[in-house]
Amino acid sequence: MATAEIPYQETAPLHHPKTWIGKYVFSQDHKVIAVQYGITAIAVGLVALFLSDLMRIQIAYPEFMDWFVEDYYYQAITMHGMIMVIYLLTAFLLGAFGNFTVPLMCGARDMVFPFVNMLSYWVYLISVIILLLGYIPGLGGPTGAGWTLYPPQTITEGTPGADWGIMTMLASLAVFIVAFTMGGLNYITTILQARTRGMSLMRMPLTVWGIFVATFLGLLAFPALFVSAIMMILDLKIGTSFFMPAIVSMGQTLAHDGGQPLLFQHLFWFFGHPEVYIVALPAFGVVSDLISVHARKNIFGYRLMVWALVFIGILSFIVWAHHMFVAGMHPYFGFFFATTTLIIAVPTAIKVYNWVLTLWKANIKLTVPMLYALSFVLTFIMGGITGLFLGNVIIDVPLSDTYFVVAHFHMVMGVSPILAIFGGIYHWYPKLTGRMLNDTIGKWHFWITFLGTYIIYFPMHYLGFIGVPRRYYENFDSSFYPASAQLLNEVITWTALFVGVAQLLYIGNLVHSYFYGKPAGDNPWGANSLEWCTPDTPPSHGNWGDKLPTVHRWAYDYSVPGSDKDFIPQTVPQGQSS
Amino acid sequence: MAEAAQTNQGPLTTIVDDWSSDVTTFKAVPWGKAMMWIFLLSDTFIFTSFLVSYMAVRMTQTDAWPYPSEVFSLEAFGTPVPLLLIAIMTFILITSSGTMAMAVNMGYRKRKVAVFWLMFATAMLGASFVGMQAFEWTKLITGEGVKAWQNPMGAPQFGSFFFMITGFHGLHVSAGVAYLLIVAIRVLRGKYDNTSFEIVEITGLYWHFVDLVWVFIFAFFYLW
Repeated sequence: MATAEIPYQETAPLHHPKTWIGKYVFSQDHKVIAVQYGITAIAVGLVALFLSDLMRIQIAYPEFMDWFVEDYYYQAITMHGMIMVIYLLTAFLLGAFGNFTVPLMCGARDMVFPFVNMLSYWVYLISVIILLLGYIPGLGGPTGAGWTLYPPQTITEGTPGADWGIMTMLASLAVFIVAFTMGGLNYITTILQARTRGMSLMRMPLTVWGIFVATFLGLLAFPALFVSAIMMILDLKIGTSFFMPAIVSMGQTLAHDGGQPLLFQHLFWFFGHPEVYIVALPAFGVVSDLISVHARKNIFGYRLMVWALVFIGILSFIVWAHHMFVAGMHPYFGFFFATTTLIIAVPTAIKVYNWVLTLWKANIKLTVPMLYALSFVLTFIMGGITGLFLGNVIIDVPLSDTYFVVAHFHMVMGVSPILAIFGGIYHWYPKLTGRMLNDTIGKWHFWITFLGTYIIYFPMHYLGFIGVPRRYYENFDSSFYPASAQLLNEVITWTALFVGVAQLLYIGNLVHSYFYGKPAGDNPWGANSLEWCTPDTPPSHGNWGDKLPTVHRWAYDYSVPGSDKDFIPQTVPQGQSS
Repeated sequence: MAEAAQTNQGPLTTIVDDWSSDVTTFKAVPWGKAMMWIFLLSDTFIFTSFLVSYMAVRMTQTDAWPYPSEVFSLEAFGTPVPLLLIAIMTFILITSSGTMAMAVNMGYRKRKVAVFWLMFATAMLGASFVGMQAFEWTKLITGEGVKAWQNPMGAPQFGSFFFMITGFHGLHVSAGVAYLLIVAIRVLRGKYDNTSFEIVEITGLYWHFVDLVWVFIFAFFYLW
């Protein structure tokens, strides 16, 4: 094993860029691309955060903002959802974490095709710009169809942005998919074909496994969105009727005839459900590593953790219609999709139990990354359990389109992955910059964000049970739910505003620590995986200096009895302890 | 620890360990080739989504669907012959797969001039396929009055799906022609002399895939 040849990585000389532009702008270095992805994703995420605060003010105080008309509200809903799911979470977890961790944790010098990798970022940036073009005055504003973009309502008159807003949205999605494909092909090929000596798949850190499976899901699920985007653009601009049935709209018979609105829902959710796991699986991986490192104990049931990721990935392709229970489907189909949905609870529960068993009697260090990892597990359990409710047809139908659904998906795929992202950033920032993030600000930020999200989303379960509908611009004087709902809405809004502003603490921490943070050293957390074994911190272009590292063990040898330190890096040969 | 786990071997564990050994999962497979396979897997899902959408809409369609033998017939010697044009097009595309395979073979023997001419022939066959497709489109649009949004013979979705899917495939063929020509010229110029010419095989993978997709499009549009 130790004599295996690595044909390309050690013989080919690496071209080091000489100019500032080559190093930091049009860079082919995976670490720089990761930072570019991260900064862009956070920037566009702040836009989405701002939109959500506007919506919360509108919900709690409908009279307060006169200028915030219905159209703006629906546009804010749509853009908030799409930006958060695609342009922040997917781009951050795969674009930023994927780029940063995959070559470093596999022991590669870079991605296999750095140029394609660079293009991936620039095309992603173009997709973000196209998306925001919807806000250019004079085009009628972005689409207000809701992030699911269901036709026929999406492209019929009366929906905000039904002519150009939806066009920018669909074009942006198609461009994003091109960007994702270029990046994703790189991640997968690097993981499969460019690992270092001794780095077998079953020794890879779980972060890499999570990114690997999630990227596969992306490459197989995004095509359905791509196809539906093309078909809807044709419906809109050419006048085809893929998704458009015969419709009388505002007294006019439209030219469309014979299309299938349900077809769009199937295509969309064939993408949309795996998308949940594209976001969740990298978060699972990151959290597994954070828990193991900061609890100073090997991850419990490593092999089962890997297989659980793979099975969740496979299952995620056969559950999509549970998003469509109210669309009117044959009861047998409902039964099938409810069953497959509930089966996903098995591998997911395996993961949760393994995290808990890793913590059992461990030497838990309550560092900021660990706080985030623990809060991820809690939040994920919360969101996952409400998923069991919604996975059952008979419970889903009455709860559909209420705040219960909003609470569920925000907990499980909004807040949870964000917590994992925060944890991951606090964990890897020292390697990326050579400086520690400020601990005090980090803890303040953590408690505000963590407790804040619970104050925001816990009451929403209750609101959903009493029947408050989601996506309503104004809840008028509804007699079918009590006045206390309004009080809850106000509490939620105030908390959301506070938590939203508190994110500035975190941005400030990132910037401040970059210049004034405590120097981190090579391995501040005492972690085993390869990225902490680089000769330089931050790692230079090419990562490993002259010689690639050799891996002798898995990434989880923490607190091994008889060794002098409580961690044994992957590069230490078997039988030695440091 | 990991090695201790690996000594506990059942048959399944052994299989997993074989596949997951270090450095490369697929032995002796260059990076570019692995990447092309994965890309084609993703592209398969695009075409599958297109074709499944077509089947779903067609099966639930209440308007009449044109009869392929009539709408795709070509007048030859005064009599309409069903599927004549498409038979020629399909034959040409399959032939181009043959010349591509020969190019790959010549590539591994490092016979650069032969590689160039075989790839050039493949590209020309591909270009003539696209040309005939343009002819067929013209005939449908001007002759039969089928547009992407209308169809005098019944369901408008016939035209919509036909132009969208064959158009998307035609874009793949056109991109393939450009790709073939670029690689062929670079081969001739000696850009790949210190490699084992796997780039020819990688280009070939893409080309065979485009041909294979055509077989499905042919079956679903012209034979159904």
